[in-house]
Amino acid sequence: MIELVSESRCIQCNICVKACPDNVFDAVEAAAPVIARKADCQTCFLCELYCPADALFVSPLRDRDDPVDEADLVARGLLGSFARNMGWKNAKPRGTDKDLTYRMFEDRDI
Amino acid sequence: MSGPTHPAAAGPDLVADVLVIGGGPAGCWAALSAMEAGASVVLAEKGYVGTAGATAAGNSSIVYTLPASAGREKAIAQRVARGLGLVAADTVDRVFDEVYRQLNRLADWGYGFPKTEDGTSYRGSMRGVDYLRFLRQRLVKGGVRILDQSPALDLLVADGVVAGARGSDRRTGAPWTVRSAATVIASGGCAFLSGALGTRNLTGEGYLMAAEAGARFSGMDFTGQYGIAPRHTSVTKGIIYFWASFFDEAGARLESKGDRQDIVANGLGRGRVFAMLDKASPRVQSGMRSQANIFAPFDRLGIDPFTQRFEVELIYEGTVRGNGGLLIGRDTATDVPGLFAAGDAAAREEMAGATSGGGGPNASWALATGTWSGRAAAAFARGIGAAHGDRRAATPAPAAEGRGDAADTAAVRAAIQREILPLGRSFFRSTAGLEAASGALETAWRDAGALGRTDAIARRETQAMAATARWIVASARRRGESRGIHRLADRPARDDGQLHRILSGGLDRVFAAPVGARHMEAAE
Ligand SMILES: Cc1cc2nc3c(=O)[nH]c(=O)nc-3n(C[C@H](O)[C@H](O)[C@H](O)COP(=O)(O)OP(=O)(O)OC[C@H]3O[C@@H](n4cnc5c(N)ncnc54)[C@H](O)[C@@H]3O)c2cc1C
Ligand code: SF4
Ligand code: SF4
Repeated sequence: MIELVSESRCIQCNICVKACPDNVFDAVEAAAPVIARKADCQTCFLCELYCPADALFVSPLRDRDDPVDEADLVARGLLGSFARNMGWKNAKPRGTDKDLTYRMFEDRDI
Repeated sequence: MSGPTHPAAAGPDLVADVLVIGGGPAGCWAALSAMEAGASVVLAEKGYVGTAGATAAGNSSIVYTLPASAGREKAIAQRVARGLGLVAADTVDRVFDEVYRQLNRLADWGYGFPKTEDGTSYRGSMRGVDYLRFLRQRLVKGGVRILDQSPALDLLVADGVVAGARGSDRRTGAPWTVRSAATVIASGGCAFLSGALGTRNLTGEGYLMAAEAGARFSGMDFTGQYGIAPRHTSVTKGIIYFWASFFDEAGARLESKGDRQDIVANGLGRGRVFAMLDKASPRVQSGMRSQANIFAPFDRLGIDPFTQRFEVELIYEGTVRGNGGLLIGRDTATDVPGLFAAGDAAAREEMAGATSGGGGPNASWALATGTWSGRAAAAFARGIGAAHGDRRAATPAPAAEGRGDAADTAAVRAAIQREILPLGRSFFRSTAGLEAASGALETAWRDAGALGRTDAIARRETQAMAATARWIVASARRRGESRGIHRLADRPARDDGQLHRILSGGLDRVFAAPVGARHMEAAE
């Protein structure tokens, strides 16, 4: 589930509030959004793509809390990693044409 | 937890030729083709068009083959073989034709399909979130009115004809109304809040609303569908396990008849199960890595899945990668005039037969039936004429106000899940287990109806799950054999005397009954 909205990185654009498919965030006047309905989070990682500031972190654990430390995530290269791996920049897909999925399908008839 | 945080102001009150409910691939293609046919279109989505639904979070392979080619023949033959007697080859061919045509158009519009090393444009796999964002932009440019975060909750019906829908804005609680001449249900499948990837919103309201208007279902028996995920994660991406070995806790290799889901299910019957992707060549590994959602759990948990064993579980996927849904005819019309259905919301035995349509068939079906439903809805709207907004329309089943609160909602949901999610209920079915589930679900259905209106969305989601669970169990009880993803412990063999589809429906009284496999054409 979503674990972090980094207040130092967030530029308060509220894109995550709009684009989360499960309406997990609430906008806050002149501040970073808050995680208001964490139990509704479907652990899809997609808010990370839409965040232009790499300010969000989603733990892969869907059914339990997983407290995180921002400095540790940065040190491990995880903050913003989903967007980087997908080629998204500034809330836009830039990696569609670089997808190598076809290599799986060459291997055998699946 | 999905309740409004602000007092409800009135939301939009709109009139449109076509209303599309649900904005995954089926809904986006429906809106696009209705728009291209000249209709005014509103697209209402529970979440956000672009990130909501199973495709957005999951990505999907899709079947792209040249019409009348050897590749096409092979793809059809594979479908027919895997469908175990229930696939209609001509329907599959028609679906693949539409996919071929539309993906070519997508390329013409500038969608960035990747190229293989030899320079061929590869169109057999879609990055869900990129694909849907692209479609969203196309819709916005074409003038489709998109209502995000706006679940539809009730259909409007005028003189037996569907005339739009009402819903609620989940951010504000504001009610909205769209009066339309034709309506497309593209709200996806129902996965009962199991936690499978991208399925939080897939709770079956489209089914429930359609049933209240009188629509029937098919294929609810073929719903014993689970996805493999690294334990405690959401990522039910089954494809990688083609290259996996499975182990028990002591490290002994697990083998069993059937596919990889069967190996895991049988292993889980005896204890914990672990996997390692030890059969993937470096080239296949690079292909897997390219689907970042597959690797988010591994990278974030510090696991190297190619050399380390990781624990796995099975998560229920219901009609998302199972096959049940609204019964539709050739042009996607349901039983009810003015109401069409597409994608996972529609029954798809003709495409997927008795096995899961994941791995290409379902994405293909969503694109094709989406396209057809938008076209058919636009034509229906032209027939109704511009004055449709003046019809007197009402919701077909004004539900009595109950008194249950959020705690009751959670309890009813848990009661429904107990009868559907466990492997012992839906993977390994038995006559006795289905009978027990049937009784418990009658209670759950009544309890769901008695929930209070403080959170109308949660109430409708819960009712829809209860209704869908009852159609599933009633249909499964009518299939006295094992076939594909309906596995009946006390009738483990296939019986080709039962090569029929099972139709179901009903609200306070549920029914399920077999019909001929080619019922839909016979009915036309
Ligand atoms: C992990 C995973 C991987 C998959 N991989 C493949 C694959 O490789 N190949 C393949 O062919 N298939 C695959 N599938 C199946 C495929 O994703 C679906 O068949 C496809 O998404 C169906 O499209 P759809 O538009 O019908 O439904 P969805 O994409 O699920 O969209 C339905 C939409 O309706 C919305 N909705 C729900 N209720 C309401 C309401 N009351 N009001 C308004 N909107 C509502 C939802 O929010 C959602 O956005 C996969 C599924 C999963 C879960
Ligand atoms: S998308 Fe990122 S930058 Fe924008 S409000 Fe959300 S967290 Fe802040
Ligand atoms: S992971 Fe998905 S559901 Fe959770 S907050 Fe992010 S976008 Fe929303």
